[in-house]
Amino acid sequence: MSSLHSVPTTAAAAPTRSRGGARRKGLRRGVWPVLVLFLPPAFLLFTIFVVLPIGEAAWYSLYDWSGYGAPEVFVGLRNYELLFRNPVFLTALKNNLLIIAVSALVQLPLALWLATLVSHRIPGVVAFRLVFFLPYVLADVAAGLIWRFVYDGDYGLLPALASLVGMTAPYVLADRDLAIYAVLAVVVWKYFGFHMMLFIAGLQAIDREIYEAAEIDGASRLQRFRRITLPLLAPTIRLSVFFSVIGSLQLFDMIMPLTAGGPSNSSQTMVTFLYSFGITRMKIGFGSAVGVVLFCICVTFAFFYRRGVMRHD
Amino acid sequence: MTDAAQPLGTPASRRPARRRGPRRDGLLTLYLYGAMILVACIVLVPLLTTALGGFKTLGELRTNPFGLPQEWIWSNYWDILTTERYWRMLGNSLVISSLTAFLTLAAGSMAAFTFAHLRFFGSGALLNYFLLGLMFPAATAVLPLFIRIRDLGLLDTYLGVVLPQVAFGLGMSILLFRNFFRNVPKDLLDAALVDGCGYVRYFWHITLPLSRPILATVGIVSFVNSWNNYILPLILLNTETKYPWPLGMMIYRGEFSTDWHLVLAFVTLTILPTIIVFFAAQKHIVAGLTAGAVKG
Repeated sequence: MSSLHSVPTTAAAAPTRSRGGARRKGLRRGVWPVLVLFLPPAFLLFTIFVVLPIGEAAWYSLYDWSGYGAPEVFVGLRNYELLFRNPVFLTALKNNLLIIAVSALVQLPLALWLATLVSHRIPGVVAFRLVFFLPYVLADVAAGLIWRFVYDGDYGLLPALASLVGMTAPYVLADRDLAIYAVLAVVVWKYFGFHMMLFIAGLQAIDREIYEAAEIDGASRLQRFRRITLPLLAPTIRLSVFFSVIGSLQLFDMIMPLTAGGPSNSSQTMVTFLYSFGITRMKIGFGSAVGVVLFCICVTFAFFYRRGVMRHD
Repeated sequence: MTDAAQPLGTPASRRPARRRGPRRDGLLTLYLYGAMILVACIVLVPLLTTALGGFKTLGELRTNPFGLPQEWIWSNYWDILTTERYWRMLGNSLVISSLTAFLTLAAGSMAAFTFAHLRFFGSGALLNYFLLGLMFPAATAVLPLFIRIRDLGLLDTYLGVVLPQVAFGLGMSILLFRNFFRNVPKDLLDAALVDGCGYVRYFWHITLPLSRPILATVGIVSFVNSWNNYILPLILLNTETKYPWPLGMMIYRGEFSTDWHLVLAFVTLTILPTIIVFFAAQKHIVAGLTAGAVKG
């Protein structure tokens, strides 16, 4: 429909039949049909299901609304006020920060260390990489359920391990102080492989000759790591931190099978809070306020991180 | 550019190993294997004990959670495999994920094509509009999304889950496609246009066949994301017969919460397809998921 009179099927191979201005005209003529045909599906889907809901969340968050009829009870910023006075939400916020900290301070070094290990040219190393990546392809829900079994006080592996060394393991998921750390261990277990793969790709991009030159000059293993690997890997590290933070902020799936936010709300995150206090109780206004806060945190972080930290990458 | 599909699983260095003292080499090798085996155990033990636990009786699970079962109870697995519920759950997931992947590929590649080859009024702003979607999770807008899907009459339908999933995957897929399309030599397009081949035909006959690696990457990422998605189906579906497997698994666990041996068998069977496909197509999946994230 967008083609001119003669239509060779194998366009690239056909002989050139350029007449004056035909090319420009062809370009012009073809453009509109393509735009009209190719852009609307993506544009409409994205606008209707991503952009508008964000705007609506901001609007609904000003109302006290159960989701039926039209939102009528305008309450201004009261939902936000309630939110920031809610001790459970503050716990959720704190837990999200804790998850970010553990991702950056435990998971990232672990992933980097493993990436340097599996970058050695020794037999079987590719198989080990695959095994390390395996938890990442499993669904969060499945990982959570498997670890719920591991932690289970009656049938689980952890109590069995503890009794082997003559100790009694606490029921970690039922303990208000321990539950969130148990969740954190599963987060690291599930995601370190992904970050390791990022680092492997980063390490492969470093020229081996730099290392060889440094070795000839007598640089020790540690010196080579600190002076060559770390600086040259900095862009990958910054990227890995970015993924950790955005991923940590939206943690939900894994918590549901493990603790569902309990015991007594000690392991809630922002999204599990949104689910238990907004969705299951059909408080659309209050829940939307949680969504808006989460959105603002994500976008502010992404904006400043990309502009500031990742500026040169 | 095709490095998007390049396997990451290749050895880091192709140079001959440097000469070292045999003793130092031995110690290093010992350290490497020791560390790798330790971490591999931490990864694999929960998975293997889950699979083995499915073969045990509840009583044995309590006394012997780690070891091989004394008697292999195949019926735990067999009883699940012969239920309609298990297959229906996987079938639902397959339908939802395939539809999501297909629509993401179609809508994403078409939009990216215009961004890669055409400059029109507002094209830059429009691209940035789509890239906005990369910055925040679906959870932020989940309540208004629920209202919208309900008002559209799509609540409790496959399409009601698929369309938001596609929409949230578009930012990444457009970015990946656009970067790939831009590296197809421009002369090819010029020659085709001179010959009177329109953009649409060019897209269909030239661009798409040349784009297999990136189609695979985007397809894998959107399929896997959809296959593992939990929160959107949780909110947008409410008939159990339509549940995809992550939801079905949670329901099963709720019903048989005290029968860990059955839950373990169920979990093993539901993650089995993922594990099989992962090892069968590992190069593509590892490369796809990592490249998809890095470039998206």
